[in-house]
Amino acid sequence: MARRNTGGKHAAGLVDDVGAHVAGRTPPSAFLEVRDLRIHFPTDDGLVRSVDGLSFRLERGKTLGIVGESGSGKSVTSLGILGLHNRRNATVSGEIWLDGQELVHASPGDVRALRGRKMAMIFQDPLSAMHPFYTVGHQIVEAYRVHNDVSKRVARKHAIDMLGRVGIPKPDKRVDDYPHQFSGGMRQRAMIAMALSCDPELLIADEPTTALDVTVQAQILDLIRDLQQEFNSAVIMITHDLGVVAELSDDILVMYAGRCAEYASVDDAFHRPLHPYTWGLLGSMPRLDRERSERLMPIKGTPPSLINVPSGCAFHPRCAYGELNGGRSETERPELVEVEPGHKAACHLSLQQRREIWESEIRPKL
Amino acid sequence: MGLLLIISAVTYAIFFLVPRAAGVSSDDIAGRFAGKQPDAVTLAAIKDRFGFDDPVPVQYGKFIKGIVVGDTYDTGTDKIDCPAPCMGYSFRTNQSVTEQIVDRAPITFMIALGAAVLWVIAGVSIGVLSALRRGTIIDRAAMAVALAGVSLPVFFTGLLSLAFVVHKWQLLPSVNYSDIGDNPFNLILPWICLAFLYAALYARLTRAGMLETMNEDFIRTARAKGLPERTVVFKHGLRATLTPIMTVFGLDVGLLLGGAIITEKTFSIPGLGQLALDGVYQSDLPVVLGATLTAALFIVLANLVVDILYGVVDPRVRHS
Ligand SMILES: Nc1ncnc2c1ncn2[C@@H]1O[C@H](COP(=O)(O)OP(=O)(O)OP(=O)(O)O)[C@@H](O)[C@H]1O
Ligand code: SF4
Ligand SMILES: [Mg+2]
Repeated sequence: MARRNTGGKHAAGLVDDVGAHVAGRTPPSAFLEVRDLRIHFPTDDGLVRSVDGLSFRLERGKTLGIVGESGSGKSVTSLGILGLHNRRNATVSGEIWLDGQELVHASPGDVRALRGRKMAMIFQDPLSAMHPFYTVGHQIVEAYRVHNDVSKRVARKHAIDMLGRVGIPKPDKRVDDYPHQFSGGMRQRAMIAMALSCDPELLIADEPTTALDVTVQAQILDLIRDLQQEFNSAVIMITHDLGVVAELSDDILVMYAGRCAEYASVDDAFHRPLHPYTWGLLGSMPRLDRERSERLMPIKGTPPSLINVPSGCAFHPRCAYGELNGGRSETERPELVEVEPGHKAACHLSLQQRREIWESEIRPKL
Repeated sequence: MGLLLIISAVTYAIFFLVPRAAGVSSDDIAGRFAGKQPDAVTLAAIKDRFGFDDPVPVQYGKFIKGIVVGDTYDTGTDKIDCPAPCMGYSFRTNQSVTEQIVDRAPITFMIALGAAVLWVIAGVSIGVLSALRRGTIIDRAAMAVALAGVSLPVFFTGLLSLAFVVHKWQLLPSVNYSDIGDNPFNLILPWICLAFLYAALYARLTRAGMLETMNEDFIRTARAKGLPERTVVFKHGLRATLTPIMTVFGLDVGLLLGGAIITEKTFSIPGLGQLALDGVYQSDLPVVLGATLTAALFIVLANLVVDILYGVVDPRVRHS
C-alpha cells in the first residue's frame, strides 16, 4: 500500500471555527466534529471533570492522534463519542456531530444503531474485551448481524473473511476458537476484525497495542493503516506513544487534565510545538537513535487530580516556564488559541517566547 | 476414582468413629437389636450373627462387601438373603435399610427439586432486576426481603405459614405428603418455605455477580457493537453471572437430596432427612449409616455433575 502524505497543515481539516462558537447546533461540514465536549462524573469525593471543553474535527480517511498521560481523559472521550457512558453517573454536554447527525442529544436508540455500524472501537486489552464464553466467530457474527439482516451462514462466511483479512491464518478453523485460544496479537487482530465487520466510517483505537510486544505492535499498526486505506475510514488513535502518532496520524491533539493543550498537524507538533507540555512529552519520548541516558527527560511531578484541577493553567505546578508571565499562569486559564494557521495551543507565553525557548532550550536536547 | 475414595473415607469414618465417639460397646449395639432385657445367650447369638465383636476393619470390610455384592445372614434356623447394595437391617423395625432409603428418597427428591425450581427462578430474576435497578426502591425492597429471607430458618417460616395459612386463614387444606403417589401440590408450603430461604441467598448472589459482570470490559464491547441492551444484559451479562452460580446450585441441590432435614421435620414429611433423624434418636446405627452414606453419595454426585457442566459452559475449563 502506498504511504500517505502525513504532512500538510490542513490535512484533517483543522479550521479556525472549531471551539470558537459553541452553541450553534448547526451541522458542520466535517465528517466528525466535536464541539466543547464535557464529560463529568459526580462522585462522593466531588465532581470529576474528566473531559472539560474539548473540540476537534476529523475527515474521512484521516487519522487524529490523541496523546496525553494516564488519566488525561482520552478513554473517557472516546467512550463519550460512542455514547457508552451511563447517563446515570455521567453528565455529558457539548456536541458531537458524526456525518451530519448530532449524538450528544440524540436518543440512546439512535446512537446504538450507529455503534458498530458507523463508528466502532478497538479496545486496549483484547482478552478482557472479548466474552470468554463465546467463540471469536460468534462474536464477530453477532456484531455483523445486529446491523445486517443476513442468515447465520452468510454472517459466518463474512466472519471468516474478516479474520482472513486481518491476517489470521486458517480463518475457517480459527473462527470456532475461543478468545483464550488465541495469542495476544491474534486476539487483537480478531478484535479489529470484529470492529471492522460492518465497515465503520469512524474507527476509534484506544491504545490498541499497549498490551502487545513490540514486533506485534508494529504489525497491528500496519494492519490498522492498511485497513483504513481500504475502507477510507476516519481513525482516532489514542496512545501514550508519540512514536505511534508520528507514524500514523495526520493531526495530533495533546490532552492535559481533560482539556486540549495543543492541537496541530503532526508536522507542526513535532517540529514547531508551542506548548510546554508537548515539549515535555517530546522530551520523554524514547528515541532509537539516542543513548538512553540523554534521551529521557521525564516531565516532573504527576498528573493532577481531576476533582481539584489546579487554578489557572492546569499544567502550572509542573511547568518550568510558568513564572515567566508574572503569575498569570497560576490565576488565569489560558484559552486555546490559534497561534499559527491550523495550529492551536493553550499557553500564556507569547509566541515569540515559545519559539525562542523551543529553538534554544528544547530542540537541541531532543 | 477420587469419588470412590471420598465415599469410602466417609463410610469408614462413620463406621469407626460414630460408635466409639458415643462410647457404645458391642453389648449395647446387640442390646439395641434384641429389644427389651435380653439374656446373655441371645446377646451372644446376635453378636455372633452380625459380627459385632469382630475388629472394626473386619466389620467395615463386611459392610462394604454387603454394598458391593450383597450379604447373607445366618440366623441358625434361617438364612436371610440381603441383595446388593445391602446396608443391613434396622435395629428397630428389622426392615432392610436399602428398602427404606429407596422408599423415602423420592419424597425428598420431590421436596428438593420443586423448591430448587422455585428458588432458581425467583432468586435469579430478583437478583438480575435488583442489579439493573440498582439503588432504586425496587432494589432496596428486594434486598431487604432477601436479608430477611437468609436470616429466617425454615422451621420459623414453616411453622408460621402452617399456623396462619393452614390453620388460621385456612387458605390451604392441612394435607400431608408421605408417598410419591400423593398429589405433589401438597408440598406447596414446604416448597415455598425452603425456596424462600434459598431464593434470598440466590438473589443476593445473582445481584452481586451481575453488578460485577456488568462492569466487565466484554460488556462494554458488547455495547460498542451496537447490541440492544436486552442482548447485552441477558446474553452477555447473565451468561457470565450464572456460571459460578450454577456451581453453588448443583452443590445445594446435592446437599438437599440427601435429606431436607429441617423442612421434613417441620412439615412432618417422611423423607430421607426424617429417616436419618429418627435413626439418630433411636440409635439405629444401620439406618444412620445408610442415610449418611446416601447423603454423601448425592453430594459427591452433585460435585461430579457440576464439574462436568462447568466444562460444558466454560470453554476455558474445557481446554485446560
Ligand atoms: N465512571 C467514572 N467515574 C468517575 N471517574 C471516572 C470514571 N471514568 C473515568 N473516570 C476518571 O476520568 C479520568 C480520565 O480517565 P481516562 O480513562 O479517560 O484516562 P486515559 O487518558 O484514558 O488514561 P489511560 O492512559 O490510563 O488509559 C480518570 O482520572 C478516571 O479516574
Ligand atoms: S500557561 Fe504558563 S503554566 Fe501553562 S503551559 Fe504556559 S507557561 Fe506553562
Ligand atoms: Mg485509557
